[in-house]
Amino acid sequence: MLKIGSYEFSSRLLLGTGKYPNFDVQKQSVEVSETEILTFAVRRMNIFEATQPNFLEKLDLKKYTLLPNTAGAKTAKEAVRIAQLAKASGLCDMIKVEVIGCQKTLLPDPIETLKAAEELVKLGFIVLPYTSDDVLLAKRLEEVGCHAIMPGASPIGSGQGIINPLNLRFIMEQSDVPVIVDAGIGTPSDAAIAMELGADGVLLNTAVSGAKDPIKMAKAMKLAIEAGRLGYEAGRIEKNEYAIASSPVEGMSIG
Amino acid sequence: MELIINGEKIRIPEDESTVAELLQHFNLHHKVVIVELNDEILAKENQSETRLSNGDKVEIVHFVGGG
Repeated sequence: MLKIGSYEFSSRLLLGTGKYPNFDVQKQSVEVSETEILTFAVRRMNIFEATQPNFLEKLDLKKYTLLPNTAGAKTAKEAVRIAQLAKASGLCDMIKVEVIGCQKTLLPDPIETLKAAEELVKLGFIVLPYTSDDVLLAKRLEEVGCHAIMPGASPIGSGQGIINPLNLRFIMEQSDVPVIVDAGIGTPSDAAIAMELGADGVLLNTAVSGAKDPIKMAKAMKLAIEAGRLGYEAGRIEKNEYAIASSPVEGMSIG
Repeated sequence: MELIINGEKIRIPEDESTVAELLQHFNLHHKVVIVELNDEILAKENQSETRLSNGDKVEIVHFVGGG
């Protein structure tokens, strides 16, 4: 089970809801992924298009926990405001803190992220900050009371996979709260590697929504995350430079 | 009266005097929307008793797809 704050989940896949080709494909992708946590962004509504469909309306909200993000915020103050808007919907008390400091790399601003996270913990949110893979920053985020830490594997939407497994591993080893690898995942093997490293979960979006067949990729990600987790729990063998025979060396009927 | 809704000046009929009536006017009352009035987030249960005045700044936001 994945425990985040007061919540418990059997799926370790957190799925983003951006950029799907259409709602039908998205709905099926969400279903086959078996995710229980869906991220959303908060934006101004086009009030003159009330009939415009919204993905949220297509979901059975009893089946999913919503994880709104603070994307669009450049400061802690803006992030706190977006979080409060999201919570005022009455649908959620979890928040993905996302304070972007650079528009080209979409890397998070560490100082503002920490400030926002600390404030939101005080306000009673379940706080999951998106952060770089800085090990000490991850520790600081945990110390201010974050309920999970979400280091990026590589830049958002880049599909570059896990650039620095060592740092992710250090973060996982030191953390007493769940570590969810967020952003940069491109392929099922990336997600499996994150889980084999010891991640408690993986958050991804574009890897599924941007795939040629998002539904198939959603299934692949689900299986990869499960396989990676099982592999981690099973414990891998030591790496050796030379071969070690799997068959017995005694009792051969030769010579 | 004239309100500033999501940064735009919008004229609405005088008889739409509460936030709940404003949402109804734009047919948003069954939608998941969050309203901020003059920089203060408004709880859903207060929408029908909160009155609007000329020049009020209203933000109407909702959840959209995002990662």
